[in-house]
Amino acid sequence: MGFTKEQLLARLKELGIKFEQYDHPAVLTVEAQAKYVGDKGGGLSKNLFLKDKKSRFYIVSALADTKVDLKVLSQRLGLGKGGIRMAPEEALGQLLQVPLGCVTPFALINESARYVSLLLDKEFKTQPHCFFHPLSNETSISVQASDLDKFLKSIGREPSYVDLEANPPVGKDQPPDLAILVPSGTIDIPDAPENSTSSQAVSEKSIPVQKKCTPASVKSAKPSSADPNAKDKPNNAAPQPNAFVESRLFVDEILKKTTELLLSEISTLTEDVAKQEALAKSVRKHLAPDLQNLTVMFKNTAYTQGFYAGSNCQPKRL
Amino acid sequence: MEKGEDKHEEEQDQVVNPWEVTAKDGGKIDYDKLIDKFGCQRLEEPLVDRVQRLTGRPPHVFLRRGVFFAHRDFDEILNAYEKGKKFYLYTGRGPSSEALHLGHLVPFMFTKYLQDAFKVPLVIQLTDDEKCMWKNLSVEECQRLARENAKDIIACGFDITKTFIFSDFDYVGGSFYKNMVRIAKCVTYNKVVGIFGFSGEDHIGKVGFPPIQAAPSFPSSFPHLFSGKDDLRCLIPCAIDQDPYFRMTRDVAPRLGYHKPSLIESSFFPALQGETGKMSASDPNSAIYVTDSAKVIKNKINKYAFSGGQDSVEKHRELGANLEVDIPVKYLSFFLEDDAELEHIKTEYGAGRMLTGEVKKRLADVLTEVVDRHRAARAAVTEEMVDAFMAVRPLPNMFD
Repeated sequence: MGFTKEQLLARLKELGIKFEQYDHPAVLTVEAQAKYVGDKGGGLSKNLFLKDKKSRFYIVSALADTKVDLKVLSQRLGLGKGGIRMAPEEALGQLLQVPLGCVTPFALINESARYVSLLLDKEFKTQPHCFFHPLSNETSISVQASDLDKFLKSIGREPSYVDLEANPPVGKDQPPDLAILVPSGTIDIPDAPENSTSSQAVSEKSIPVQKKCTPASVKSAKPSSADPNAKDKPNNAAPQPNAFVESRLFVDEILKKTTELLLSEISTLTEDVAKQEALAKSVRKHLAPDLQNLTVMFKNTAYTQGFYAGSNCQPKRL
Repeated sequence: MEKGEDKHEEEQDQVVNPWEVTAKDGGKIDYDKLIDKFGCQRLEEPLVDRVQRLTGRPPHVFLRRGVFFAHRDFDEILNAYEKGKKFYLYTGRGPSSEALHLGHLVPFMFTKYLQDAFKVPLVIQLTDDEKCMWKNLSVEECQRLARENAKDIIACGFDITKTFIFSDFDYVGGSFYKNMVRIAKCVTYNKVVGIFGFSGEDHIGKVGFPPIQAAPSFPSSFPHLFSGKDDLRCLIPCAIDQDPYFRMTRDVAPRLGYHKPSLIESSFFPALQGETGKMSASDPNSAIYVTDSAKVIKNKINKYAFSGGQDSVEKHRELGANLEVDIPVKYLSFFLEDDAELEHIKTEYGAGRMLTGEVKKRLADVLTEVVDRHRAARAAVTEEMVDAFMAVRPLPNMFD
């Protein structure tokens, strides 16, 4: 059950977040919204709900006059040209649990939006306050950017501010600068054609491409690699602490989760336990060497970046 | 051409030293004779089992198939390890060319396994100075090649938190040089001529080089890594032609109060054209290079891999293949992980039920997988990563 406007506003009050509330007839566009709150100062926001080819979802929240070029954004995220487009309507309802025309960063309060990545326009910070829909088209609230950050942190999100109009080159020597904002878990909407298992295996492979990922994001990637839509599975034990030190254990953890998922998926196809076991074994055997290599490379890359940062570190200014 | 210790024996005997490897009368290298002559020991099955027990994982393909077949004091290393005493690994490469082939990767693949299985640190020496002295290359070119080779080495999957790569031109000096001098003082000119076969015409750079390859065997050469750990043992995985260097080192070690370094030695990786052929950088068809595409690999194997199969299908079905000289089977024994599958291929092919084409196809698949994986890893190696691997830095987690 998605949060209601009232619940959200109550939560904001609990957090001590100041906001101005304006009720108005339902609006579906920024222009329409502007008719009611356009004269109140501050910035109106336009909010895009986007999806990439691997079923990963993004909210891009920007000032109304910021130009957002989806082609550029797609490249900066490392998705190639044209890798990102507007998400289908049903995703809006299922993931964000808001009606059409109501995309808002506040939708992330919903558990269903756990894996939706949020990109915030850095221009929000230049405004005294900005307008967003509080899960309803019939209201707009104005909050300060810092208070939006407070809200996001309270739901376990790090606010990511991006220069949305920038168009940095992306190539062999210039990795996509926003790649770090690509969610690590894919989301399986029941009527989507992709098999969640294959997209999971693919999302593991995409990790080493994002050279800017730090070990911290690896840690957060691990729990989220479990499929959110998995059928009832036994509760997985937390990965052993050494899983982040030794690549073999790390790979074992990944393969364990992958094969568990695979087994739960194919148990619907074949009752034959021996066949299931054989399949799991085969997956492990074939994936292990490749994953080992990828893991070691990932670790080496992370260390290298840390080393570079450390050796170029300026002494603390007193 | 330099000759080994057998200079004084029959001229047609096989020659094995760091700069030349030739079999007797154009035949195969006699490894038993080599072990005998060098005085090292065979790596027997019980030792391989012991490795499995101590490391808790199946032994590497190269151990199972006898690729690494000889050693000096490897059992000492295992004894100490059992008692909780760790060791460090030392291996190296002479960066004489940019093109690396699969044979070059063999010692590194094995060393990576040792690093993972025993959880020990590793130092890798790039002897750019040696190549500068022996091949007619400039200092700058050798340094460049060293860095390029470092990338391929890193691509083998070494853990940066446990690995220090250094080039002689960069690192020689300080404690390392002190050990070089200590070692040099213990080896007479006559001795070094006897071991390496230098002549009056050879320049003094060559004569002075052996201590450089010996020094990394002693932990005090790396104060930033092993300070205070003078008791740490060293294990050197290498091809058996490097044995002379370390015979010399082992001789010197007790006189300097250090442990003798242990060795674990491999046989030579055969050229595509057969054991008698020489793998040479000038003949690209004598080896599979890490830059070869799937198509090139398939083509090289089909055209150049020496086959032990018979001339005609009928004859083959009757007599079976000669596994002794067959290169595809030889290569598979290096790179095909699955013991059962290899056995099956050997049985069927040896009996004539499997044809050369099938074996070659399987080999092409296996090698393509190896090469592709290497290429992908190589692409991820940046200049910064090379700098980080080669930085003189402490490795606090080297035994984790």
